[in-house]
Amino acid sequence: MSDDLLTVATIVAMAAATYLTRIGGLYLMRGVSVKGRLKAALDALPPAVLMAVIAPTVLATGPAETIAALITVGAAFLRLPMIAVVAIGVAAVVALRALF
Amino acid sequence: MSSPSRSADFRRGVFDILPVLAAAVPIGLLWGTLAAGKGFTPFEAWLTSATVFAGAAQFVAVDMWRDPVPLLLIVVTTFIVNVRHLLMGASLQRHLGAFSGPGGLLAMFLMTDESWAFAERKVLAEPLRPAYYFGVALPMWLVWSSASLAGAIAGRSLGDPAVYGFDFAFSAMFIAILAGFWRGPRTGAVLAMSALAAALAKLVIPGAWYIVIGGSAGVLVAALLHGEDDGQDPGEKPAAYADAA
Repeated sequence: MSDDLLTVATIVAMAAATYLTRIGGLYLMRGVSVKGRLKAALDALPPAVLMAVIAPTVLATGPAETIAALITVGAAFLRLPMIAVVAIGVAAVVALRALF
Repeated sequence: MSSPSRSADFRRGVFDILPVLAAAVPIGLLWGTLAAGKGFTPFEAWLTSATVFAGAAQFVAVDMWRDPVPLLLIVVTTFIVNVRHLLMGASLQRHLGAFSGPGGLLAMFLMTDESWAFAERKVLAEPLRPAYYFGVALPMWLVWSSASLAGAIAGRSLGDPAVYGFDFAFSAMFIAILAGFWRGPRTGAVLAMSALAAALAKLVIPGAWYIVIGGSAGVLVAALLHGEDDGQDPGEKPAAYADAA
């Protein structure tokens, strides 16, 4: 079925794009001195992208999600293991959804 | 190098990654469940985890998955979510001296936030040996792909993950990872701008372009703020990265 073909094609293309990012670093930055403003920008890229991914869920879904996110931030800064942070966040959102 | 020391190196790597594996099992199960919910067969779910092997990108992709599949948008978004690999790879390539050519390419295929963090931590003390790196990275691949497969098989009978709050799990996971990047008020400014731009973009622009827009806005703020005091670079690498795992 063409449906399945499109699915597999998308998966393969995702894999190729991802591998490109993984091996790209071997060649891209070779000989380039990354410092100053460029380094500050590159250092900020991962957190900026991760934040952008979750922003709509956290800010624009509802009070349950926003408050649960704040509780999760608290758990994260307590340096709990990642799985505990996730469990606290999930438990919080379930409880808060029942409230709101 | 004798083979006993290679196997000891490998075991040391496996030992280091064990706690991360424990966390990866439920998250991989969850991803498989969500994928099955979007119509992935168990094989397709396994194929994704085995070849893409990037949790954050996979969660975002499954979230965007609809009929017909927006191939280009998903692939571009996958690339953007994974752009951080470029930086991690640029740093890691300085330490791959002991790897053969194909070994280095396989090492990069298996590079995740976690294996990268352990590798970067290792080189603080001693040179990175391939056996140690693969001891960290191979179990991660095996566990992630197997958990995804199991989740996709089980997922068909589990129903809607929102009932259990599982849909919020990946937002919570990213918050946990984000905490490892915290470097003070400047990080706060980057995150605030990124969040604001992304949320606004999401409201007015269809698709997942809000990730690029929010990410770019955050990066721009970092570049602008840097000019105000040049001496203070943030740390060379996010030291708390490993904590995120």
